[in-house]
Amino acid sequence: MELPLTLEIILKAVVVLAAFLTLPLAIGQTEHKVMAHMQGRLGPMEAGPHGIAQLVADGIKFVQKEDVTPAAADRWVFRLAPAVALIPYLIALAVIPWSAAWVAADVPASLLFVLAVTSVGIFGTLMAGWGSGNKYSLVGGMRAGAQLVSYELPMVLAAASVAMAAGTLSLTGIAQAWSWWWLVWQLPGALVFLVAAVAELQRVPFDSPLADSEVVFGPYTEYTGLRFAFFLLAEYAGIVVMSLLFTVLFLGGWAGPWSDTLGPVWTLLKATLVAILILWLRIAWPRVREDQLQRLAWMVLVPLALVQLALTGVGVVVWG
Amino acid sequence: MTSRDVLFAAVGLITAAAAVLAVTNRRVLHAGLWLVVALGGLAGCYLVLGAELVALVQLLVYVGAVVVLVLFALMLTRAGAGEVDTSVAHRWLAAAVGAGVTVLLGGTLVAAYGWESRAVAGASNEVIGAQIFGTWVWPFELLSLLLLAALVAAVAVATTGHGRQGRS
Repeated sequence: MELPLTLEIILKAVVVLAAFLTLPLAIGQTEHKVMAHMQGRLGPMEAGPHGIAQLVADGIKFVQKEDVTPAAADRWVFRLAPAVALIPYLIALAVIPWSAAWVAADVPASLLFVLAVTSVGIFGTLMAGWGSGNKYSLVGGMRAGAQLVSYELPMVLAAASVAMAAGTLSLTGIAQAWSWWWLVWQLPGALVFLVAAVAELQRVPFDSPLADSEVVFGPYTEYTGLRFAFFLLAEYAGIVVMSLLFTVLFLGGWAGPWSDTLGPVWTLLKATLVAILILWLRIAWPRVREDQLQRLAWMVLVPLALVQLALTGVGVVVWG
Repeated sequence: MTSRDVLFAAVGLITAAAAVLAVTNRRVLHAGLWLVVALGGLAGCYLVLGAELVALVQLLVYVGAVVVLVLFALMLTRAGAGEVDTSVAHRWLAAAVGAGVTVLLGGTLVAAYGWESRAVAGASNEVIGAQIFGTWVWPFELLSLLLLAALVAAVAVATTGHGRQGRS
């Protein structure tokens, strides 16, 4: 079926927006329930069957709360920060393919596009940390800045290894070039990427920017109501984008039995498993201290990523 | 005027306006944030001109890393809090340097390509990669050597004095 170009673009934008609005909520819901069951506690069970509507109830609560801008805040920086944190993930979601045909915008260097766009999201955290006019926010913002700059490098190196192996920067091309033995060949890179992704999302065990026992809630301390909810949404949207990206880069995306018809289902299934793994880490591990966090990035992840790059280079030359 | 011309003019205008705000703003942290807009706008200009790879690297390196480090340093030194006022001589000097660079770059472009407009077909990512690591590999490596020297110097500056005084 051929659609007029304008209509097609509008339709795709609507679909991406719908995915952007629903998938992070699904992640949030999964986090509530998976955490509760892993820790052997019930969690809130009153709203809906098995407490399924709790997230909706939380959303309504956030909407009703007063939108407070502290007197000491840098007004516009403070107000714009949640949007700056959230929007990059929306743009990134548009170029990640679900199958060879299911991709909203198939740009030539989509891998670089996703990495470049998500790296802009950090300004939301920095702006929140600075704009709040609060010492805990400032310390948290600084921690976030240091952490994100450190983990950007191993992440890009690990992604570059896959791009080298596939011989293309296009996510669609990478997933098509993937075959099962990449699971072994690209294993160090996959581990580096996963750890760096969790750190970029500032999730446990790398959540020292938000450490509640040290800096209250870091950059988000002063936020209330919807703006606070947007930061939470950005975190969940980040999990969605990183899980999908990991799936496409290291797990072959839509590769699987009957991938011609079931492709997007495979992508969704694999990405869900990766997302649950990321949620699991939060329950399984304690917080890493700030200096340990930097040491891990520079003394373990970067060398490991460089080894992976060398390994990929040798592989490409020998087999390619 | 094609739609691409209009788009380029719009992105260019945003970039120029953000750049002016970045150099005229009295609060250093706000200037840094305007610099983010200016560098992001510049990436947009590259994108409109068809140089996708250059645009994305611009975003990844300058916006995602360099300005983040600048803002981080500002937060660390508390320089972002107060207003900064530069002297009149300082401003004139900066304006003269800026105008000089503009004339130099503009003159080079006009001398090289003349005044008539020409169609731009952005080189593909493969061509740019081959050019950087083929024809231009030595200037590229020289730049990385410069960065390495700066890094070593920074470490030297940061650690001098500690050794003599010992750990207190």
